[in-house]
Amino acid sequence: MMNKVQQDMLYEIAGIRAAPAGAYNIRMNGGSIGCGGNENVSINLKAGGMDIVVKPGTKGEVVHIPVVISSTGLVETVYNDFYIGEDADITIIAGCGIHNPGDAQSQHDGVHSFHLERGARVRYVEKHTGAGDGNGKRVLNPVTVCDMGPGSYMEMDTEQIRGVDSTKRVTKGVIGQGATLVVKEKLMTHGVQYAETVFEVDLDGADSSANVMSRSVAKGDSRQVFLSRISGNAKCMGHSECDAIIMDNASVQAIPEITANHVDAALIHEAAIGKIAGEQIVKLRTLGLSEEEAEAQIINGFLK
Amino acid sequence: MLTRPADYGNIYYENSEDKIRCGAAPDREGNPMLKLENISFDVTEDAATKGIVKDISLDIGDKSFMVITGPNGGGKSTLAKLIAGIEKPTGGRILLDGVDITGMDITQRAKAGIGYAFQQPVRFKGLTVKDLITLAAGRALSTEDACHYLSEVGLCAIEYIDREVNGSLSGGELKRIEIASVIARGARISVFDEPEAGIDLWSFHNLIRVFEHMRKTTAGTVIIISHQERILETADKIVVLAGGRITGMGSREEILPGLLGGADTCRFYKGERT
Repeated sequence: MMNKVQQDMLYEIAGIRAAPAGAYNIRMNGGSIGCGGNENVSINLKAGGMDIVVKPGTKGEVVHIPVVISSTGLVETVYNDFYIGEDADITIIAGCGIHNPGDAQSQHDGVHSFHLERGARVRYVEKHTGAGDGNGKRVLNPVTVCDMGPGSYMEMDTEQIRGVDSTKRVTKGVIGQGATLVVKEKLMTHGVQYAETVFEVDLDGADSSANVMSRSVAKGDSRQVFLSRISGNAKCMGHSECDAIIMDNASVQAIPEITANHVDAALIHEAAIGKIAGEQIVKLRTLGLSEEEAEAQIINGFLK
Repeated sequence: MLTRPADYGNIYYENSEDKIRCGAAPDREGNPMLKLENISFDVTEDAATKGIVKDISLDIGDKSFMVITGPNGGGKSTLAKLIAGIEKPTGGRILLDGVDITGMDITQRAKAGIGYAFQQPVRFKGLTVKDLITLAAGRALSTEDACHYLSEVGLCAIEYIDREVNGSLSGGELKRIEIASVIARGARISVFDEPEAGIDLWSFHNLIRVFEHMRKTTAGTVIIISHQERILETADKIVVLAGGRITGMGSREEILPGLLGGADTCRFYKGERT
């Protein structure tokens, strides 16, 4: 049985309060508390993680694999491998919430490896959050590796809005012929938090493409580092965009790196860091909002 | 020596050394709603003080439809910002219904019933048209409600409602959304700073229709900063501002022929006095 803290955290990251319809695994404080597959999606627990196998041609399945930590001092590394069959089209809701009630560090390092067969399509949603009254740090270090077969498509929506003291998020992709990887990241840090994002994408196949978009807000004394490294090794399109709002005494570093190893590789990197435009605040104040309300609306919209 | 130009009808000047006071007679409803008293706005450039708005006094009555015009650099947009609280006057007072609002900030003035449309609409990454209209209305809006305000400015609402208020919209579209946001506020006083600036001719014709429609339907006072004859034609009252001073004021019939006339008019428009 989950307690209320755990249920609320589960709901926040995955939008569920109990076992969902479809295949799922709910990991709580280091172990599975519920797991189930179906005729299209099998979930096989193994030491330190699980294998998720999706049959070729599967359409419309939603797989939930959230992780909740509600105890202090729990540090884990979990390896999950996803095998997505040919022409399957599925959504995976992952995410991790740490509610740390004590003074010891709690940490979840999830290593997710995706293997997409020809024509497979995946939407991968990952929401990270932290809470709890203790002084113990809440640390999340997700690694996502995407091995994308011909004509496959993967969209990754990642979000970390509050409560995570330290994170290093690494996403790597090897993109095959005609395949597309889209990554949308939303990030907000506050206090003395640290967030590092690393994208490494190899566009190896002809007509492959990658689009990496990051929007972040850094408040307080927090620090963010954004590194995007795209290599075009064939006729391909690569685009990465880092857009950050900096506030207070925060620090944001954006490091773009694009390398073309083929004459038909078209690569673009855009990066912008700046404070909230004063005229945006003025406009919303002329609509009757206070300065604080205006700021909140601008940030909410930016990270929507 | 200041003389009253014969052709400009019911304008009166009160010359007191360097000062000119211009005012309309109190309107039918009695006391003017918005009153500017000896408003000045100075800026300091290279250690020298320069007057942008010079001791302006102006009464704006309830439900009036006023256009403020005049040459570039004459202080029109600054005056609009002073009314909205975006700039603070370096001298004088602003009264709303007899209450001194000079010390009120932008938010307080908005809450007191003053709306303001930017000359250059502000762009927002992430905020949608519906978000902006909803914030302007200050209440939860159904898509239908929000669409109503967009159709007021001639936009096919369903195409715009979920779009972000960013660079993907054209200048004319942004302008009309800006105007819709001010209409949605339903403020007692709405100030539009050069609504025609930066839009193409096709959008301009639509814009004129928006203001003609507003003139017929609005329950509040409208103040438009404009150079455009077609917008001037919608005014009940026209104020001419040049060199930081009011150089003329009166009804549309009184002022407009002079603005569109010959050499003497040009001097008048520029604020030159004989």
